[in-house]
Amino acid sequence: MKKLIQDFELVKYEELNCEHFVLDIKANEPLPEILPGQFVNVRVDNNNSVFLRRPLSIHNVDYDRNVIQLFVKRIGEGTKSLGKLKIGDKLSVVYPLGNSYSIPKNAKTLLIGGGCGVAPLLYLSKFLHEAGNEVTTILGVRSSYDAVGLKAYEPYGRILVTTEDGSQGEKGYPTQHSVLENESFDYSFTCGPEPMMKAVAAYSESKGISCEVSLENTMACGFGACLCCVTDTKKGNKCVCTEGPVFNIKDLKW
Amino acid sequence: MVNLEVKLKDLVLKNPVMTASGTFGFGEEFADFIDLSDLGGIIVKGTTRHHREGNPYPRMAETPSGMLNAVGLQNKGVENFCQDIYPRIKDYQTNVMVNVSGSVIEDYVETAAMINELEHIPGIELNISCPNVKEGGMAFGTSCASAEEVVRAVRQVYKKHLMVKLSPNVTDIASIAKAVEGQGADSVSLINTLLGMAIDAETRKPLLSTVTGGLSGPCVKPVALRMVWQVAQAVKIPVVGLGGIMNAKDAIEFILAGATAIQIGTANFIDPQVSVKIVEGIKEYMIRHQVSDINDLIGAINLK
Repeated sequence: MKKLIQDFELVKYEELNCEHFVLDIKANEPLPEILPGQFVNVRVDNNNSVFLRRPLSIHNVDYDRNVIQLFVKRIGEGTKSLGKLKIGDKLSVVYPLGNSYSIPKNAKTLLIGGGCGVAPLLYLSKFLHEAGNEVTTILGVRSSYDAVGLKAYEPYGRILVTTEDGSQGEKGYPTQHSVLENESFDYSFTCGPEPMMKAVAAYSESKGISCEVSLENTMACGFGACLCCVTDTKKGNKCVCTEGPVFNIKDLKW
Repeated sequence: MVNLEVKLKDLVLKNPVMTASGTFGFGEEFADFIDLSDLGGIIVKGTTRHHREGNPYPRMAETPSGMLNAVGLQNKGVENFCQDIYPRIKDYQTNVMVNVSGSVIEDYVETAAMINELEHIPGIELNISCPNVKEGGMAFGTSCASAEEVVRAVRQVYKKHLMVKLSPNVTDIASIAKAVEGQGADSVSLINTLLGMAIDAETRKPLLSTVTGGLSGPCVKPVALRMVWQVAQAVKIPVVGLGGIMNAKDAIEFILAGATAIQIGTANFIDPQVSVKIVEGIKEYMIRHQVSDINDLIGAINLK
C-alpha cells in the first residue's frame, strides 16, 4: 500500500472525559484504502518540545467525508498538545502505516481492549461485522467514568464492559469477564496495555484459538527506516511499524 | 539556472544533498514519498560482515530537539546485501553508497572487498564512529592510530570512493580527519551521533536498553557545524557535513563552513520529503543571493 504524507484539517473535536478525546481529521482528497489496525503518524506542531511525530491508531474512517477518526488519551506532551488543537487547524499526517488485523469470515470473534488500547477496535469490529462474523467486544476500564464511546460499537455486535471498581458492567479485568468461560470463540483480537494483552494471549492459547495483538512500541519514523520500534519475535527483531503493529501471538516470544 | 553539481574527488553528485546512513533504510522506504533521483546520493543502512540482530528494545528516546538511538547496527550482513538488496536498488538514478561497519578490521576489509565488486555502488562510507556496538565501531574512530589502521587496511581492497565517517566523541576531530586522509580516504563525513543518555526519573530506569546511545537532531547542529568547520580547514579532501540539518538554511550553513556535500539524517523521520525540499531550498537561496555555482559557497563563511 502506498504511503502518503498529507495535511489534514481538524473538523471535529469531541471531549469524552478529562483524559480521552476524539479528533475527526479531514483530507483534501479521497482517502486511500485503510485497513483495521493501521495507524497514522502525526506531527505535533503546536508544541516545540515535541520533536518526533506521534503514532496513533485509526479509530474509524468515513470515506464519504474523507475523515479519519483518532481516539486519543492525554498521556504525554504530544497527546496533550493534540488535545489543544482548534477546529480548522492543520495536521501533517503520514499514513496509512503498518499491517492490519486479519479478517475471518462467518466466525465467532472476541475483541478485548483496555484503556486507550480500544482505539483500533471500533474500525476492526466494523470489518468483522461486514465479513459476517459474530462480534463480541469487551472494553476494560478503571471505572464507569472511562467507559466512553460505547454506542459506536453497537451497530457491529455486542459490547460488554468490565470496570476495576465494579461501577459498570462486570467487576475486574476484561480477561476475567464471565463470557470468556461461558461461551466459545474462534478468534481473538486485542489492543491495550501489555499485561492485559498477555492475559488475552494466555486465554487464547488455553482455548486453542488464534490471537492477534497490536503493539505500541515507541518509534521515530513509522515506516521502517529507523529500526527503533522492534519487537523480539521467533524470527528475530521485527519493526512494529512495518511488520506490525499487529502480530499473531504464535510469532511472538510471549 | 544554477549549478548544484559538486564533486567528491571523482564522484559526481548532481546536488550536494545526500541522506545519512541509518535514517533512510535502503531508499525503498522513501520511494512512496520522493523521487530518489532528485538526490545527490543516498547512503544505505550500516552493513556488517555478518548478520546482526542489533540491541534489544527500547532503542529510542526523544530528547529536547532531538533523539537518542541505540539500534546497534541491525542488519542482515553483507552477503544478504549483495544478493537480495543490491539487485533491488542498483538502478536508482543517484549515487548509492553503502555504510560499512565492523567489530574487527578483518570484517571491515572483507565487507568492503565484497562491495567493491558491485558495479553500481560507486563508494562506501566507512563507519568508524558507531557508538552503539560493544566492540569496534566508535573505538576505531577515537584514536588516530586505530583510525589509520582500519582505513589503511580497507584502502588496500577498496578501489572506489572511500568516505570515512568520523566520531564527534573525541577531543580533536581534525587530527583524526588528517590521520584518515593520510591513509588514502577520499572524503570524510561528520558527525556521527554524540554519545548520550536518558533516565526516566519516575521509574529510575534508563530509557535505552543499552543505557547510553547516540544523540542526533537539531540539538547537535552547533557542535556538528563547529567540527565541520575545523575539519575543513585541516584537510584537503572533501568534507561531507551532517548533524541536525532540518532545512535548506541549515544545509547552507554547513556548506559555508566548508562542506562540499551534506547529509540529511534524523529529519527524514519527521518529514520523509525533507531531503528534496532541501534541494529546492538551496536553489532558492542561490537565486536570492545571485550565486550561480554551489561550489562558490563551499567554505565561503565571511569571517571578516
